[in-house]
Amino acid sequence: MHSIKLTLAWLLVGIPLVWGFWMTLMSAAALFQ
Amino acid sequence: MATTTAEGAAGWLDRSHTIAEPGFSRWMVPPAALCIHLCIGQAYAFSVFNLPMSKLIGITDSAPDDWKLTGLGWIFSIAILFLGIAAAFGGGWLDRVGPRKAMVAAACCFGGGFIVSALGVYLHQLWIIYLGYGVLGGIGLGLGYISPVKTLITWFPDRPGMATGMAIMGFGGGAFIASPLSVYLMKLFSTPEHIGVAETFVVLGVVYFIFMLIGAVIVRVPPEGWRPAGWVPPATQNSMVTSANVHLDDALKTPQFWLLWGVLCLNVTAGIGVLGQASAMSQEMFPGRISAAAAAGFVGLLSIFNMLGRFFWATTSDYIGRKMTYAVFFALGVVLYAAVPWTGQSGSVFLFVLFYGVILSMYGGGFAAIPAYLRDVFGVRYVGAIHGRLLTAWSVAGVLGPVLVNYIRQYQIDSGVAKADAYTVTMYIMAGLLVVGFLLNLMMRPVNQRFHMKAERAAA
Repeated sequence: MHSIKLTLAWLLVGIPLVWGFWMTLMSAAALFQ
Repeated sequence: MATTTAEGAAGWLDRSHTIAEPGFSRWMVPPAALCIHLCIGQAYAFSVFNLPMSKLIGITDSAPDDWKLTGLGWIFSIAILFLGIAAAFGGGWLDRVGPRKAMVAAACCFGGGFIVSALGVYLHQLWIIYLGYGVLGGIGLGLGYISPVKTLITWFPDRPGMATGMAIMGFGGGAFIASPLSVYLMKLFSTPEHIGVAETFVVLGVVYFIFMLIGAVIVRVPPEGWRPAGWVPPATQNSMVTSANVHLDDALKTPQFWLLWGVLCLNVTAGIGVLGQASAMSQEMFPGRISAAAAAGFVGLLSIFNMLGRFFWATTSDYIGRKMTYAVFFALGVVLYAAVPWTGQSGSVFLFVLFYGVILSMYGGGFAAIPAYLRDVFGVRYVGAIHGRLLTAWSVAGVLGPVLVNYIRQYQIDSGVAKADAYTVTMYIMAGLLVVGFLLNLMMRPVNQRFHMKAERAAA
């Protein structure tokens, strides 16, 4: 139960963070085009 | 009945209700802290609203009655000012009431700030937005920023730098999420006759409130005397790491507090100054080679360095020590700031981006490693409150950095210096500030024992 909670907690913050990171990385790609 | 419910809710917020039950994993606390910092990190992306808010009446172009960018720029400045004030004055309260109540207060202020600002947009009254996002949101920023710091340090006595670095990394990462999300929402709510800023504010206010509340639900403080399994404090302590505690009021009387205040202020002044000018500087130093779109990408890349630097440098500080970490920031910073004009003269975009990236990683690292530095010097008891007071250095640097860069650049241009070379003096002055920072850090010594709390006072 504890490990499920732990996974959910990290997914809750990890998913938006990775999404934002990816979006920023894509916009940064313009620098190298 | 209503009284009982209110008392129950008030009790749930108390520190006593946040003490971890047996089996609770300390790795639940970083996500709780990230729930807060990912939201309040939105502040770095607030500028995405400036242009749309300057065309609320004219829609396609600014009408005479539309707000000016200069007036809109004050929203962010007021928010950062109140961040500093709330962190400075809220730290003592946070120490008494615990992290959950502070996180809920931060959620109410930050989320509420957006709702009040939505009303300001709807009524087209800029002062309401100053009051909403600036004052109320700024208080939410300050309380939110410091709320998980002491809790993380208490849960991770073996790796305090990494733990606080993770949370403060979230503050850097919050802009990644807020910027595309805000643009998407404004597009969703906009029509040919209307710009959907007010609706976006309402959605963001509600989403951030809920997300921050989840952090408050998850957070726990360790039971008194708790230590990680198998961990024993090192027998041969580093002389810069104290096991004693210094009271908040006494901390301000020590030279160490003011040395660290100067260290943070100078590191942030240099970083924030060049961060604000990064887009213009890249285009003016490499005319014809870096377009406006590429410059926007460059700013995005810098925010990645800023975020990753927070985790990397704070974690590194657990291994090489806090004093050495800041010595690296300042020594390497001097070399890199002084070398940036050379990258422009040599025409190397790659080196320009690389040098700038490392500078920004150290700017973020300076924020992230400072709570652990304070823990080392003043002990864990009042670290949250002392950190709050120290953040006033951020407010000062937030004004000093951009003013220095902007005015020096303008003076250079007015004196007939070419735009491409106008940043040379600025960078040398920034390097000079870092030399002062290096010396201040070098002067750091353990706090005199007369400031240490006596055992009975510490236990109270």
